[in-house]
Amino acid sequence: MKWDISDIKDWGPGKHEPGAVIPEAGNARAYKTGGWRTNRPVRDDDTCTQCLFCFFFCPDASVLLEEGKVADFDLDHCKGCAICAKECPVDAITMHPEAEFRRKAQ
Amino acid sequence: MSAATEQLLAVTGNQAVAMAMKQLDPDVVAAYPITPQTDVVQTFSQYVADGLVKAEFVTVESEHSAMSACIGSAAAGARTMTATSSAGFALMWEVVNVAASMRLPIIMTTVNRAISGPINIHCDHSDSMGGRDTGWIQIYNEDAQEAYDATVMSFPIAEHPDIRLPLMNMYDGFIISGAIGPLRPLSDDAVKAFAGESPDGHSLLKPEEPVTMGPFDGLHGWYFEHKISQNRAMEAALPIIQDTYDRFAELSGRQYHHLMQYDMDDAEVAIVVIGSAAGTTRTVIKTLRDEGIKAGLIKIRTFRPFPTEEMVRALSGVKAVAVLDRADSFGAQGGPLYLETLAALYQKGGRAKTVNCVYGLGGRDLYPQNIEDVYRMLVDAAAGGDLPHSRVYLNMKGE
Repeated sequence: MKWDISDIKDWGPGKHEPGAVIPEAGNARAYKTGGWRTNRPVRDDDTCTQCLFCFFFCPDASVLLEEGKVADFDLDHCKGCAICAKECPVDAITMHPEAEFRRKAQ
Repeated sequence: MSAATEQLLAVTGNQAVAMAMKQLDPDVVAAYPITPQTDVVQTFSQYVADGLVKAEFVTVESEHSAMSACIGSAAAGARTMTATSSAGFALMWEVVNVAASMRLPIIMTTVNRAISGPINIHCDHSDSMGGRDTGWIQIYNEDAQEAYDATVMSFPIAEHPDIRLPLMNMYDGFIISGAIGPLRPLSDDAVKAFAGESPDGHSLLKPEEPVTMGPFDGLHGWYFEHKISQNRAMEAALPIIQDTYDRFAELSGRQYHHLMQYDMDDAEVAIVVIGSAAGTTRTVIKTLRDEGIKAGLIKIRTFRPFPTEEMVRALSGVKAVAVLDRADSFGAQGGPLYLETLAALYQKGGRAKTVNCVYGLGGRDLYPQNIEDVYRMLVDAAAGGDLPHSRVYLNMKGE
């Protein structure tokens, strides 16, 4: 079923499924956890050998592929755990404080 | 009345409950043995081994695992039962709360036994009373017949669409669990018909309707609102439990209420108690009534949700009441029953004088003389005397 939670911020006790059941599959995508991240992964495309270790090891499916090759990180869901950086055999991924990106953006 | 068999059996409390479980034949029983509950699950596992039930019996390595297995089973939509006592209940604690918050109608028999220490295997209510705030419906039973009947009534209450809460049935360890008493069972067909089929709901085994159960609530989620929903389900349960008691009376001829009242119509002094001590109290009442003392008894069956209005009505004409607790709440103003009763009276403007008596901890005997002493203390108070403000301990050594 499609679970309409568009006004969930205003939901009181009677609106939720009893037992906090989530009656829809695959909606974790709608729950953006990227804001938990302290350090952001950055991949150097020149160093990267496309071994896909980062893709397989990422616990949040946040390494995005395009045509079988690592293209980007899903920063809406990456929590910055740095497993990708740790597992990368050629050190193509480095972790950088989120504050740096905010400063650059400003 | 046709559902009642002509049989009159002599069985222990545990055998009575195992028999009800056999007749209910739930989908799954996951349990770990502990004194004095052991022969509930031992007897049931024999039924499984003998092919008398279809239930899947899951042998687990601890009570924490027992309740966890029950949660998985109930989440899959299976009718699920278990049983425990004392330390086993304590070990389940974490997941006992999870079962209630996931709104899974698991049925658990908790045979009351003291919580350690010193290590003690005998009866008191400190195990299930310690779990009174876990979100489970709690029904306390006086004898084997009540425990059997309560087990038969469990699923229609717990599974009711407006409730969906786990339910635990209690009776006194050894005194009831191991002692032989009379049982008039219902026929297998009557039990099955009364329990009916579980209503359709979310299940982990419906791939066409995938759901997530037991999710993380988020950093700033709706935990608060879910807790309120649990409490509202408890409030909704009170009339539904009584309705189930009434329907059961039509079937069995045995009428239950949240509070069972004895000689309360004209009572001036009353005792409030739970469990097997009610039987002893009734015999004392007979003696006192012969003397012209207007003594009465209120036995609590439904403790969660607590029948506040009914308690206040029952005590409305009473001048002095003693609440007997078989569990203490250390550092509190009294035992759990006393605090509930006192809060109910105060909220509704009740004027009865009250006293809290703690008895039977770790299986300490409660003699008719102890109860008679309590009633005589109440009679003095009803005539204008004062009642002690601190706990009165019944049959305590050394003082």
